[in-house]
Amino acid sequence: MTLQSTIKPLESGGFSNPPQQSARAFRAIMQAMARPGQVEKISGATPPAPLSPAAGTLALVLLDQTTPLWLAPSHDTPELRAWLTFHTGAPFAPAHEALFAIGTWAALNPVDRFAIGTPEYPDRAATLIVELTALAQDGPRLTGPGIRHEAQLSLPEIAAFQANRQLYPLGFDTFFAAGEQIAGLPRSTIVEAR
Amino acid sequence: MNVASADNYNFAYLDEQTKRMLRRAILKALAVPGYQVPFAPREMPMPYGWGTGGVQVSAACLVPEDRLKVIDQGADDTTNAVSIRKFFQRVAGVATTETTTEATVIQTRHRIPETPLKEDQILVYQVPIPEPLRFLEPRETETRRMHALEEYGLMHVKLYEDIARHGEIATAYAWPVMAEGRYVMTPSPIPKFDNPKLSDCPAIQLFGAGREARIHALPPWTKVVSLDFEDHPFQASKADHACEICGSCESYLDEVITDDQGGRMFVCSDTDFCSTRSNAQQSGAA
Repeated sequence: MTLQSTIKPLESGGFSNPPQQSARAFRAIMQAMARPGQVEKISGATPPAPLSPAAGTLALVLLDQTTPLWLAPSHDTPELRAWLTFHTGAPFAPAHEALFAIGTWAALNPVDRFAIGTPEYPDRAATLIVELTALAQDGPRLTGPGIRHEAQLSLPEIAAFQANRQLYPLGFDTFFAAGEQIAGLPRSTIVEAR
Repeated sequence: MNVASADNYNFAYLDEQTKRMLRRAILKALAVPGYQVPFAPREMPMPYGWGTGGVQVSAACLVPEDRLKVIDQGADDTTNAVSIRKFFQRVAGVATTETTTEATVIQTRHRIPETPLKEDQILVYQVPIPEPLRFLEPRETETRRMHALEEYGLMHVKLYEDIARHGEIATAYAWPVMAEGRYVMTPSPIPKFDNPKLSDCPAIQLFGAGREARIHALPPWTKVVSLDFEDHPFQASKADHACEICGSCESYLDEVITDDQGGRMFVCSDTDFCSTRSNAQQSGAA
C-alpha cells in the first residue's frame, strides 16, 4: 500500500516537492510584492474550497507555527482549518492579532482592525490575502516604489488602500489571489481612481 | 559517494522553516523600502563578515533554474566570490556565470556591476553594518527611534562637519541615501561612484546583513537620493584615469600596486566588464 492511498483527502493538496515548489512560488510572490499591479502565476497547492490554489500556495510558502492566522467568515470552514493546520501549523488568532488574514474583501472588512506595525517596527504588520473572482491589470491607477510609470489593478475598493497609504510607513500589505494568479499591493503604493 | 552533492542537502542549504522566515522578512523589506527588517540569521558554513547575510537572502530567493553570479569588489575571481559561487553550485545545483547579462541572481560585495541591470535580475548585497546611523549613535534603541521619527539631523550634522573640516563631504563609500523620501539607508559600502545606479534600477535589490540580523530592500524603480547639501551636491567620482587593460574611462577603477618602487596601475574593478571589453577589442583587431 502506498502512502498516497493511506492518507485522507483532507491531508492531500500540499506540495509534492516543498523546497523547489516553495522556491519557485516565492520568486513569483516576491515579484508580485516588488512590482505592484503585476499579475504572477503560482501553483502547487490544491486546498479545499473556498481557498484558491494561489491563496493555498501563498499559505504553504509563507505560513508556519510562528505566524498567527485569521480566517475571515468567508473562509472559516472546518475543512480549511484542518488543511491549513496540517500543512502549515499556523495558529488561529483574532483578526487584530493576526500576521496573516485570508478571506474575501467583504469578509475581511473592516480592514482597519489589522496590525499596521509600530513606528519602531513597521514590519510587524499584517499581510492580507484577499480572494477575488478575477484579477486584471485594469482599474485604479497605481504609482510608487516598484512601478516605473504607473500600473493598474482590479482592486475591490480604493478608499481603504488610500487610508492605508496615509499611515505609511505603517500599514498592512496585501496579496490578491484568483485561481492560480496573484498580485501584490504593498502599503507603499499610491492608489487613485482613473 | 560525493557527500557534497546537491542531493545531500535541502535545496539551497537552509531548511524550509528558515527560508519561510527569511522570505517573510524580504516581503516586508520590499513593502517598506529602506527600512531594516530584523530576522533570525543562522550559522552558515562560513564566518560572519564573509557574506552570511547575502548568502541567506540568496538561499531564500534562488530557484533551481537560476544562473548565479557572485562578485567581490566587482571581481568574479576572488576567494569570497569563488567560494560562495561553489557553495550554491553544490547545495542548490544552480548554474553559475561570470557574465552580468546572463545572470538571474547576482550576489555582490561592495559593487554594483557596470553593465546596467535588467528587470528579470535580482541583486543581493552583502552588508556588514546595515545601520547608517550606527557610528553616530551606538544604541539600537535610539537609532530605531530616530528612524521612527524620521530624525536624521545627526546625519546631516556629520556631513556638515565633514565640509567644515575637509572642505567637502569626506565619504568615498557607503554614502548614505534616502529611500523613497522616508528612510535613510546605507547602500552597503559600495563606492559613491555606484550610488546613482541604486535609483530607478529595473532589478530588485536586496540587502542582507547576517551578523547584524537585518534585511532591507529596494523594489525596482525606487527613488534613491544620495544625501547632500544644495551648495555641496553629491558627486559620483572615480580615479581620474583610464583602465590600463580595456581603456575604459567610464568604469570604476581599482588602484593596483605593482612593485615597491611606487609603481601602480589602474584597472576596472568589474572583471566581467573589463574582459568583455578587451575581448571585443581583440576580436575587432584580429
